Amino acid sequence: MSNVKRIQKMNNEELTGFDRFNRVSKPANIVLNLVFIIMALACIIPVLLVVAISFSAEASITEYGYRFIPKIFSLEGYTFLASQSKMIFRALGVSIFVTVVGTALGVLLTTLMGYVLSRPGYKLNGFLTMVVFIPMVFNGGLVSTYYVISQLLGLKNSIWALILPLSVSSFNVVISRTFFKTTVPESLIESAKMDGASQLTIFSRIVLPICKPLLATIGLFLCFSYWNDWYQSMLYIEDARLYSLQALLNAILTNIQMLAKNASTMGLGAAEMLANMPQEAARMAIVVLIVAPIACAYPFFQKYFISGLTLGAVKG
Amino acid sequence: MSTEKKNVKPKKRHWNKDDTELTLLALPTTIWYFLFCFMPMFGIVIAFKKFKINGGFLKSFLTSEWVGFDNFNFLFSTKDIWMIIKNTLAYNIVFIILGIVVPVTAAIAIGQLHSKKLTKIYQTAMFMPYFLSWVVVTALVWAFLSYDKGLINNMLEFFGMERQQWYMKPEMWPPFLVFMNLWKGVGYGMVVYLATITGIDKSYYEAAGIDGATIWQQIRYITLPLLKTVIILMFIMNVGRIFYSDFGLFYQVPRDSNSLYDVVYTLDVYVYKQLKTSTTGMSAAAAFIQSVAGCITILTANAIVRKVDKESAMI
Repeated sequence: MSNVKRIQKMNNEELTGFDRFNRVSKPANIVLNLVFIIMALACIIPVLLVVAISFSAEASITEYGYRFIPKIFSLEGYTFLASQSKMIFRALGVSIFVTVVGTALGVLLTTLMGYVLSRPGYKLNGFLTMVVFIPMVFNGGLVSTYYVISQLLGLKNSIWALILPLSVSSFNVVISRTFFKTTVPESLIESAKMDGASQLTIFSRIVLPICKPLLATIGLFLCFSYWNDWYQSMLYIEDARLYSLQALLNAILTNIQMLAKNASTMGLGAAEMLANMPQEAARMAIVVLIVAPIACAYPFFQKYFISGLTLGAVKG
Repeated sequence: MSTEKKNVKPKKRHWNKDDTELTLLALPTTIWYFLFCFMPMFGIVIAFKKFKINGGFLKSFLTSEWVGFDNFNFLFSTKDIWMIIKNTLAYNIVFIILGIVVPVTAAIAIGQLHSKKLTKIYQTAMFMPYFLSWVVVTALVWAFLSYDKGLINNMLEFFGMERQQWYMKPEMWPPFLVFMNLWKGVGYGMVVYLATITGIDKSYYEAAGIDGATIWQQIRYITLPLLKTVIILMFIMNVGRIFYSDFGLFYQVPRDSNSLYDVVYTLDVYVYKQLKTSTTGMSAAAAFIQSVAGCITILTANAIVRKVDKESAMI
């Protein structure tokens, strides 16, 4: 009985007798733990500081500077954002729209290409492989990309400039090709073909449903890159109405007056705005607004990221 | 029958319905590649033109006159370009070395911890910065380095020292940028290497342990050799991008401060600034150098690796 218990206990700790013997000593373990505690804190603390600032009263920031524990606790940063709800909601709306539409479009374009490249014996396989491969080693550079997107495609000050340029990456295409090649049994596709299914039907009804982990991985990669994007806005968006949260934060960091200017284009008096703007707290409240969804979501999605990263390391 | 089929060289197959359907499926993405990747590649020739906006892009492109290497001569007649290339390469070399050494060490070390639960917690915490954009990081850094309110200056004052204008001190920025690059990337790198380490067959370690190998010996003779392929792969990918830099790190984090010009300007920052101040010629020339040099470095790095160890080559 006691033996069974002991074995159970061992299993719970996932340690066999050998593992227990073949590992670093207790003092070494403590030292390593300390090192990692410091590293983990170094990664988390800056975010906590910003959260603390966002909950500080403007007067206390002016008086005592940024602190981990606000001298005077206040929600004025957030109430200010709420009072500017038109601007904030607009930016939030742009961020959400870009993230959702971009992710959906990106997943579709990426997996379509990945699927086609995974078909053995497809006539244009060699050609399309080159189409995907060449951009991995050569690109047009910022200047010509900028002119092509803003002038030739006419995407300057269009929300599509935030979506289209990021929707496909060769890295993701290669990941999905490798995934389809290794996961989808050839016999499944052959038998569907024999039943008279078209490639579109096979792709949408058979391949995609069994490749949910791939969709999750690529979807997450895209989701985070759209939500975090500020560069495309900086390049192509001048119209403040198309600012995403990141672009808004960027504009505010670059120029605090921006917030006032921005609000005035939305029908509020700039002078009135400037007079009662809790600058510091409101700024950090926007940071919190951006980071909060990420911080809440990523611990749960980590495993898909990790599987994507390791898939990517496998050469296709 | 089937074995016979395999041995015979596949005959030239005619275009069939399957090919048509697959082509239609690939069409949207192919169009995307054409518009967003290949057109800019052809557009790169504006580096050899005196580009002037004159109506639409095509019209301006066609009416701009060819100037040969004028843009390049002009670019290299400035002192800045050498400083900028030097910055780009120097930062990247440091990033590549530390970007391998630190995460590999961290991954090996975190694998040694006794508690798997704590391992998971540290890993999650250290992964966090990877998910933050540089604009957000800029705001975080500002909270520490701001002159009148920043945490560091508050602490300095508390200990009776003087406040510092951090955004005007060029000498402290190179190490700081290296630190920020590591801060954002170590968690990610660690996860990549840790995934490989956990994939290593446990019996290797058991056999070594029974034969009396110490933990150090196990790391030296089992873990590191088995990590070699991933390390080399990461190395080539990074060397291939040695002419590129993380724009957000060099442009956003120093807040485009004029006093830091000499230490934070990399090719990407330069190209962007020139583009925004509308001297297209020089920025197009700089972007051209970046693209061509980047292409050469990635192919060279890959060729060298292929010579040394064919298994590890990317292409």
